[in-house]
Amino acid sequence: MAKGVWIVAEQRDGALRKVSFEIASAARKLADELGEEVCAVLVGSGVEGLASELGKYGVDKIYVADDAMFADYTTDAYSAAVAKVVKENDASILLLASSVQGKDLSSSLVGKLATGMASDCTEIKIADGKLLAIRPMYAGKVFGEIVVDSYPQMASLRPNVFAAVENAKAGEVVKFDAGVAADALKTKVLETQKDTSGKADLTEADIIVSGGRGMKGADEYKVIEELADLLGAAVGASRAAVDAGWRPQSDQVGQTGKVVSPNLYIACGISGAIQHLAGMSSSKYIVAINKDAEAPIFARADYGVVDDLFKVVPEVTAEAKKIL
Amino acid sequence: MNIVACVKQVPDTEALIKVKPDGSGIDEGGIKWVMNPYDEYGVEEALKLKEANGGEVTVVSLGPARTMETIRTALAMGADKGVHVTIDEADAYNTAAALAAAIKEINPDVVFCGQRAIDDDSGQVGSVLAELLGMPPITIITGFEVADGKVKAIKPIEGAQLVIESAMPCVVTAQKGLNEPRYASLPGIMKAKKKPVDVKDAAALGISIEPKAKIAKMTPPPERAPGKIIEGDDPAAKAAELVKLLREEAKVI
Ligand SMILES: Cc1cc2nc3c(=O)[nH]c(=O)nc-3n(C[C@H](O)[C@H](O)[C@H](O)COP(=O)(O)OP(=O)(O)OC[C@H]3O[C@@H](n4cnc5c(N)ncnc54)[C@H](O)[C@@H]3O)c2cc1C
Repeated sequence: MAKGVWIVAEQRDGALRKVSFEIASAARKLADELGEEVCAVLVGSGVEGLASELGKYGVDKIYVADDAMFADYTTDAYSAAVAKVVKENDASILLLASSVQGKDLSSSLVGKLATGMASDCTEIKIADGKLLAIRPMYAGKVFGEIVVDSYPQMASLRPNVFAAVENAKAGEVVKFDAGVAADALKTKVLETQKDTSGKADLTEADIIVSGGRGMKGADEYKVIEELADLLGAAVGASRAAVDAGWRPQSDQVGQTGKVVSPNLYIACGISGAIQHLAGMSSSKYIVAINKDAEAPIFARADYGVVDDLFKVVPEVTAEAKKIL
Repeated sequence: MNIVACVKQVPDTEALIKVKPDGSGIDEGGIKWVMNPYDEYGVEEALKLKEANGGEVTVVSLGPARTMETIRTALAMGADKGVHVTIDEADAYNTAAALAAAIKEINPDVVFCGQRAIDDDSGQVGSVLAELLGMPPITIITGFEVADGKVKAIKPIEGAQLVIESAMPCVVTAQKGLNEPRYASLPGIMKAKKKPVDVKDAAALGISIEPKAKIAKMTPPPERAPGKIIEGDDPAAKAAELVKLLREEAKVI
């Protein structure tokens, strides 16, 4: 019988990503309820040493495939490795992050394992001994409760939504042979062009200060960049601002941009169109600064300031400077 | 070159989505149906590839009878022919299985999909399809070119972008930024009416309708507690109050 709550740990450049601890903690909760183990799969090159960190977040066993061919993430290599170990061990539940890599890997695994998956979930629990996953659909206009009727029951979890909780377990390392032939791989990474700004990616940022059409131009973003720098925040944008050429596509939040869940989302000069809300509704706290009291963003905001953003934002920066 | 573009018909993003009283699905009454925006990028890229290399673009879609309108839209943009696999509802796996059954016969060099459909927001079909066709998936890309029989694609990841090379045939999934989709021209719309669309029943292709991932229930989104509007005329005073609330009440800064 299928058993165990499995996760795929995500690493890059020799470090585990924060989301891996979030997934491990979510898996631990389910496993405790089921009275089962949490097993993690860690694939990479020179990554064995990272395994112990997963033990701190509640993982009992870490299956490691450590090989030079895994130095770069490629879908074919990683999915073959994970599929093999998960199948051999007849996993009951398999959780991944809904990060860029996790989206790609998890969807490939759905094909390789011929199973079902609930994508980009914001809540998971056990009901009647099975995984019950809750996820936004239709840009968050509807929530779906998903039951997977095949094994492993897969879910990908939205980054920044599940808390990473320390809970030390054995973290025993089990090496496995991924059985992947390097010359059979069909894709490779030719180049990694790093963003040199040193800023956190929107999907991983704790705080996002976002600007829309109300910013009026590319240069005016200085106003929110100053606040963002002070708060250690990332800068986001609405589609209107991206389409106007004021900000790069990678800054766009929303239905055709990024889905973000920071602790704090500050929307400046953004009206709150449904397509924008789709990307930031799961933020823990939302602040709206907009001169139009009727803007729909205020209906979603925890705190609202109705005023000219060019008058308010610099004052917010000045105030925050006093206490930070 | 033999090119396939997969499209899905979805509710317009402005559509008001209501859950049926029994929570079994959404109420489709009054919804305006459109091509999934990410699929538009896929169709555009398929057309560009054909324009550069010659060949044929086949648009493939799975869905109920109304899906035909979306297939016609893609034909009006410039695709050459269509395949409509009829089914009322399918989860990601079964969708991909049905598309794979239809696409196998076409023997494509490249298959384009949108990176995700904006109705169920699952983002799985392109990758599962690739798996079932035995092709590598290259997902969520913003740049695409073919040179020397290989695909080179740009994929943004957190804090970087990758240049990925893949053998062909392959499945690629399109992200915003890949291109600017063209509009269907009036002559295009006229021509589309005469282009061939092959209609196949999913059951006849041997596709299971039993979902692996079942929607047990749909609910409206959880209510958010009403927010606080910070009153006053002085921007500085309002800013000070906001900072205080964020620090002391929300504890987020
Ligand atoms: C298929 C599709 C997908 C889409 N995807 C996305 C997406 O991913 N993300 C996204 O954001 N949008 C998306 N959109 C676009 C969306 O519908 C809106 O057009 C867009 O979000 C509007 O951006 P905005 O709020 O910046 O601009 P507007 O709606 O024009 O709002 C500007 C706001 O700024 C305020 N303002 C102006 N000046 C000031 C000032 N000095 N001080 C304070 N406030 C000021 C105004 O009161 C107004 O509320 C999509 C649309 C479609 C059709």
